[in-house]
Amino acid sequence: MKKLYSAVAFAAAFGLMTGCSSNKPTEPTEPQVVQPVEDEVVQEVIEEPVVIDTTFYFEFDSAVLTSAARAALMLHAEQLTASPRSVRLEGHADERGSREYNMALGERRANAVRDFLVLQGVNGANIETVSYGEERPASMGSGESSWSKNRRVELK
Amino acid sequence: MIYRIVLVIAMALMAHRADANLFIEINRGNNNPAPIAVVPFANANGLPEDVQKVIAADLERSGFFQPIPKTDMLSMPASRNEVVFRDWRMLGANFLLIGALTSEPGKYSVRYELYDVLAQKNILTATVSGGPNGLRDIAHAISDAVYEKITGIRGIFSTKMLYVQDMRRPGRDRYRLMYADVDGARARVLQSSSEPILSPTWAPDGKRIAYVSFETSRPAIFIMDLATGRKTQMTNFKGLNGAPAFSPDGQHLAMVLSKDGAPDIYVMSIATQRLRRITNDHYIDTEPNWSVDGKAVIFTSNRGGSPQIYQVNLNSGRPERLTFEGDYNARPRVSPDGKSLVMVHRHNGVFHIASQDIASGNMRILTETWLDESPSIAPNGAMLLYATQHNNKGVLGAVSMDAGVKFRLPSTEGDVREPAWSPYF
Repeated sequence: MKKLYSAVAFAAAFGLMTGCSSNKPTEPTEPQVVQPVEDEVVQEVIEEPVVIDTTFYFEFDSAVLTSAARAALMLHAEQLTASPRSVRLEGHADERGSREYNMALGERRANAVRDFLVLQGVNGANIETVSYGEERPASMGSGESSWSKNRRVELK
Repeated sequence: MIYRIVLVIAMALMAHRADANLFIEINRGNNNPAPIAVVPFANANGLPEDVQKVIAADLERSGFFQPIPKTDMLSMPASRNEVVFRDWRMLGANFLLIGALTSEPGKYSVRYELYDVLAQKNILTATVSGGPNGLRDIAHAISDAVYEKITGIRGIFSTKMLYVQDMRRPGRDRYRLMYADVDGARARVLQSSSEPILSPTWAPDGKRIAYVSFETSRPAIFIMDLATGRKTQMTNFKGLNGAPAFSPDGQHLAMVLSKDGAPDIYVMSIATQRLRRITNDHYIDTEPNWSVDGKAVIFTSNRGGSPQIYQVNLNSGRPERLTFEGDYNARPRVSPDGKSLVMVHRHNGVFHIASQDIASGNMRILTETWLDESPSIAPNGAMLLYATQHNNKGVLGAVSMDAGVKFRLPSTEGDVREPAWSPYF
């Protein structure tokens, strides 16, 4: 576990995180379209910013952070302690089971992410949590491929 | 030892008797519905609603009746002297409903007569009236009277339901709180929002409702007065504000709040908004529902490792676990007679609606659909509405409490879910 974390952190530090698929389902990344340059202006070299996952996935009826989520959250914690800002954590559940139980489950997930960030030194006063339960699925459809995308916390 | 043997025999006898009752109910509900001829009423042609059709559909949906098609009828009598019982006997009708409608300015009246065909006997004669938009009310009132006369059970055709509709597209009216007849007709929007609406529920007098809305970008519990449409925001706490349930006396709301940490059950006085905390632990406690006498709250908790149903006595504060079968039982609703619970129950990985006899603990799965949730029992205890999926859309389903009768309510645009069956008005 520790080894995996440091490997992921290492990869992320070099801006490779977007391509890492150790997390469960990842948002499909936009293919980079390079526009052909026809004029003779010298292109500035832009350093790519480090992109860290902002969605963290969970098992059914569970609010336990996966190792991938922990790795990404370590990096968020570093950013948030270095340059504090207000964040909103939105907890969600898949459609199975009852709606208000899922509302509570979504809150548990958002709280698990918050508690982890606070443990890493992020100021809890800057973190707002809200649960949407199963009311706002990221993926429509009934089946594990949709459900696994919907059991999530989004950092905003 | 002897005592124990006697107990076993007594339980075996009880089990037998229960089975026998169940068998009869299924027979009446499903395998052997009573054929009934609902004759179009005299002077009812060309009206905005087809009264005969509404009554026949009501009676058929109950599962107790099989209406005889209009096209099979040899005559359309409107009074006793026009009835030839032999003809109705030949059609196989056990019961015959006839009548005549009169229209006055701003008012409709129907005088109707119900006959036992085999006994050739009138068993009910009555008149029912309604306003200019009251034809469906008149039809449902007649259905209620016929159903009660023949089955001995009070009818539910004049009751209403709430449900949530999700139009599945972003916009100001994506989420709608709906109000409709229990046959799905006359649906109207009570409230719409770009943010989720959920957990609609009725006050016992049927005049107020409570629901959860995210319109403030966080969940909050609202009470709406149906006559005026006036809304009152009841809660605005940090964290969860959900699962409202009116007490049987209409004075209190049970709810789930997580303002003190974990989701716990609270009871709020509606008049003073004063809160009383009912559960206090670090597990999920949610989905409160009141016992019939108002002395206990029944709720979902995962304190045992998986969601199960518990009951807490409000005087002693002592909790008691009620469900033991399966690893997911949630969102309990108590039947009007207080004898059984219905809930969301997972069986072999599939979510069904199940009922449990509280005294014996016997559980029974009522639905064959999957992803079932939100059971809501009719005020006569004979049937329940629930939410399920059909063709990848959220739809409402209904099932009788003996599982013998099942039907789906015609689905409309978007997803529909969270039906809440009204009390009697």
